[in-house]
Amino acid sequence: MGTEIVRALKGVTFDVFAGEFITIMGSSGSGKTTLLNILGCLDKPTEGTYLLDGVNIGQLSRNELAQLRNRKIGFVFQSYNLLPRTSALENVELPLLYNMEISHEDRRKKAIHSLEAVKLAERMDHTPNQLSGGQQQRVAIARALVNEPVMILADEATGNLDTRTSYEIMALMQELNREQGKTIVFVTHEPDIAAFSSRTVMLRDGKVVKDTKNENVRSAKEALASLPVSDDY
Amino acid sequence: MIIKHMNVLNLIRIAFKALLRNKLRAFLTMLGIIIGVAAVIAMVAIGQGSKESIQSQLSSMGSNMITILPSSNVAGGARLGGTSVNTLTIDDVKAIRKQAENVSAVSPAANSSGQSINGALNWPTTIYGVSPSYLDIRQWALKDGIPFSEEDVRASAKVCLLGQTVVTNLFPSGDNPIGKIIRFNNIPFQVIGVLEAKGQSSFGQDQDDAIIAPYTTVQKRILASIYFRTIYASAVNESASDAATDEITSILRKQHRLRAADEDDFQVRTMAELIATLSSTSNLLTILLTAIAGISLVIGGIGIMNIMYVSVTERTREIGLRMSIGARGIDILMQFLIEAIMISITGGIIGVVLGITSAKVITIFLSWPTLVSESSIVLSFLVCAATGVFFGYYPAQKASRLDPIEALRYE
Repeated sequence: MGTEIVRALKGVTFDVFAGEFITIMGSSGSGKTTLLNILGCLDKPTEGTYLLDGVNIGQLSRNELAQLRNRKIGFVFQSYNLLPRTSALENVELPLLYNMEISHEDRRKKAIHSLEAVKLAERMDHTPNQLSGGQQQRVAIARALVNEPVMILADEATGNLDTRTSYEIMALMQELNREQGKTIVFVTHEPDIAAFSSRTVMLRDGKVVKDTKNENVRSAKEALASLPVSDDY
Repeated sequence: MIIKHMNVLNLIRIAFKALLRNKLRAFLTMLGIIIGVAAVIAMVAIGQGSKESIQSQLSSMGSNMITILPSSNVAGGARLGGTSVNTLTIDDVKAIRKQAENVSAVSPAANSSGQSINGALNWPTTIYGVSPSYLDIRQWALKDGIPFSEEDVRASAKVCLLGQTVVTNLFPSGDNPIGKIIRFNNIPFQVIGVLEAKGQSSFGQDQDDAIIAPYTTVQKRILASIYFRTIYASAVNESASDAATDEITSILRKQHRLRAADEDDFQVRTMAELIATLSSTSNLLTILLTAIAGISLVIGGIGIMNIMYVSVTERTREIGLRMSIGARGIDILMQFLIEAIMISITGGIIGVVLGITSAKVITIFLSWPTLVSESSIVLSFLVCAATGVFFGYYPAQKASRLDPIEALRYE
């Protein structure tokens, strides 16, 4: 246990606009995770400011941050982080349980609606161990959508999935972004995943080295179609 | 302020679902509490049951009864034993009857051992010379015949009541003794009543081995003495025993013209004292049993703490996830605390049911008297709820203080 101070980020400045699908890329040690923690209101910057939907994070208490995460952010993790032995529906309902303004009926309605958005409504009674990796990640996406966040934060969300399933998840992300106008911030280190987003921010050693608009967004649906037919035997 | 933003109902729902995910573990944790609570209730029931049975036995002897005995006395420097001293007279009895407000009945008793004879049969027994109120004081009913009256006392009538043991020995063939003449120390007595069987006293003495006659008859015709061995009195009710004792003491001191510096030449004893002595024994038993059972309750509580700690470590990622989707520290704290309390309270309810059942089973199969007291149920239930809070708090606090970033990455 060291007490040495590591400066993971050194002056990072950029804006994320509503409706954008942005990937943050960088090798390990580039400060990706720290940036993600700050964006996700899990951590506060020691210097500088982070405004989320007009709110300055730096001045908020632990509890206020928790409330902000509950109302404005949807997390999608690499390892899904679903509750075991708990149905997909109940997993999706979870964020709403921490929001007392939402009634029991609303909670159920919103959760079902979310599961419909990720095309898993017919699997809502299944527990995580009855679902494939891709399906589990879709449940996690539904959980991120259920509180109607201003931003979905995905941390290596395709990291545990094979190419086909990764493309399926990316197709879903693109659909949510294009058709429902969801703002998505996707952290990854795979360049082919970044090709599906409309903008890429590249980090290296705690600094933004590249911030480019992607003129030529690749369609995940088409990529999926161009994959060779399943070679399962 | 914090509570206002917290939906306790939701947290209960969350905690309940978390417990359901691990039913077997929740049940095993509960087992410690179940056994603890059941043991406390069953043990207290055994203790209370034995106390109750001793008390009811004593009450049947007349729980309001006060006994006045002559006390040791100093005569020329030598102390004389209690029964060798003659201080109690009929004037004392009359003074108590007249002056003591907390005394409802009073009777002298002069007793003498001797041989009772009915024709060819004889039996060694004791004759008690008393007044008619004696039967009320002793709560002794007549099985047959009539009691003697004040008139019989005034006339020193040679009438008597027989105890069951005397009846069996003098009238073995089942003849009705009423109206028969028996002799005691060669003095003829007419039997006018037969007493109910009273059985053994708590000290193993056969209470039915007795003949009861007017005290005047016994004093004049058998003892030739004006003194009494004992005076029996009855307090108006059980709680008045102490007040009655004080009254009797002051009346007798005045009667006996004792100066302030003098020792009492009599002693006043109440059944309450005896009950207290015997009760303290069974109270000690109850305390011992309860302490042992209480220890198992504490061990049950430590079991909860242990499991909750393991659970917090094992569910670190779950806690991290909950925090990342908006659970505050207090929400996590409450969730784990509610889980602990649910385990302890559910265990408590099952334990109460099991405790009551086992008390009944003990009574049925071992025929020990048991008494399930409400206070033991309420107490053990409160203790186990408190156990849940106490032993659940530290693990819950540990959970609530986790850093969501590290918790999410915990392997």
